[in-house]
Amino acid sequence: MNSVGILGTGAYLPEKVLTNADLEKLVDTSDEWIVSRTGIKERRIAAPDEASSDLAVKAAEQALRRAGIGAEEIDLIIVATVTPDMSFPATSCLVQNRLGAKKAATFDLSAACTGFLYGISTAAQFITTGVYRYALVIGVECLSRIVDWSDRSTCILFGDGAGAVVLGPVEDGYGFQSYELRGDGSGGDLLKLTAGGSRLPATEETVQSRLHTLSMEGREVFKFAVRVIGSATDEALKKAGLTKEDIDFLIPHQANIRIIESAIKRFGLSEEKVIVNVDRYGNMSSASIPVALHEAVEQKRLHKDDTIVLCGFGAGLTWGATVLKWSLE
Amino acid sequence: MAETTFERVKGIIVEHLDVDKEAVTLDASVKDDLGADSLDVVDLILQFEDEFGVEIADEEAEKISTVGDIVNYIENNL
Repeated sequence: MNSVGILGTGAYLPEKVLTNADLEKLVDTSDEWIVSRTGIKERRIAAPDEASSDLAVKAAEQALRRAGIGAEEIDLIIVATVTPDMSFPATSCLVQNRLGAKKAATFDLSAACTGFLYGISTAAQFITTGVYRYALVIGVECLSRIVDWSDRSTCILFGDGAGAVVLGPVEDGYGFQSYELRGDGSGGDLLKLTAGGSRLPATEETVQSRLHTLSMEGREVFKFAVRVIGSATDEALKKAGLTKEDIDFLIPHQANIRIIESAIKRFGLSEEKVIVNVDRYGNMSSASIPVALHEAVEQKRLHKDDTIVLCGFGAGLTWGATVLKWSLE
Repeated sequence: MAETTFERVKGIIVEHLDVDKEAVTLDASVKDDLGADSLDVVDLILQFEDEFGVEIADEEAEKISTVGDIVNYIENNL
């Protein structure tokens, strides 16, 4: 079994910044309310001519540069997203073409805010077993396209962005130490986009009933999230033969600062060990974790031998965590 | 002697909302008197569920206003 880890990271955030003051003009809300309930100050919004594949390609190009790997060397591309350019072809195929990653197998993966974790965990298996050498995993969302901009309880929460990593062989003992992936479809109704699939195809009625935008049972999702951050992190650490004292950095999915604060208080981890960017980008679903990881790398916060836990949770319900022994200097 | 439900509820509220013990009376409104916002209430409910092993559904949570409401709900559903 080969040790597999992250060789390079990249991110792309659209230029347009939507502040809480901007939102005050759209819905009945206030900067004070949004900041105190969510910790979010601003979020990015994709330009009208930008779609998920455009964001993904830019993040991927940076990750490839940082890893020093050419697109033509990539064996596998996984794009985790709930906002693909279209139902099919897969966004990963569009990305493959734009990058010129001619030999890569490609597929999209739908696990909502846990998508990036599911993606890197899946890609890593192919490298561990020696089937593939290099994989590109991208978490990308244009959530601004699926939020109801008249619903003040949800439209304030989300943003657009993309994060990418290149996975490949690393020094023995480094890289991924464990994977903990979970799902519970009984919670499927808590967070969903109802129409547009085979159950309720798009009709005039579905559009008028606003069934093409996401809906969320906020309180239930909050409780779920706070609980699973701790349980998933614990399980992943246990599988790696580690304890919470070994954690150098935790990168949780960035849904809401109040979820993160509540979870780490329960879990017993100091704030300095938790990487947060929800204040600047809001919840970017599958893009939140890779963007936070990339920024931590750029800020030189991560060092070789650090123990890093990535932890995701979201619609499905899905959740999970993975432990990494950081292999880059 | 075992702590009463009220004492345990009080302990969680004091710890979570950072308020004085004396302020947590049965009549105190969780939001108006103790300063909890909507997410604090969700967070408290989570703590109560874990502490007492009860489930407090969303519809029930909406009816909770005072500390006494919480204590009653827990005692009736243990």
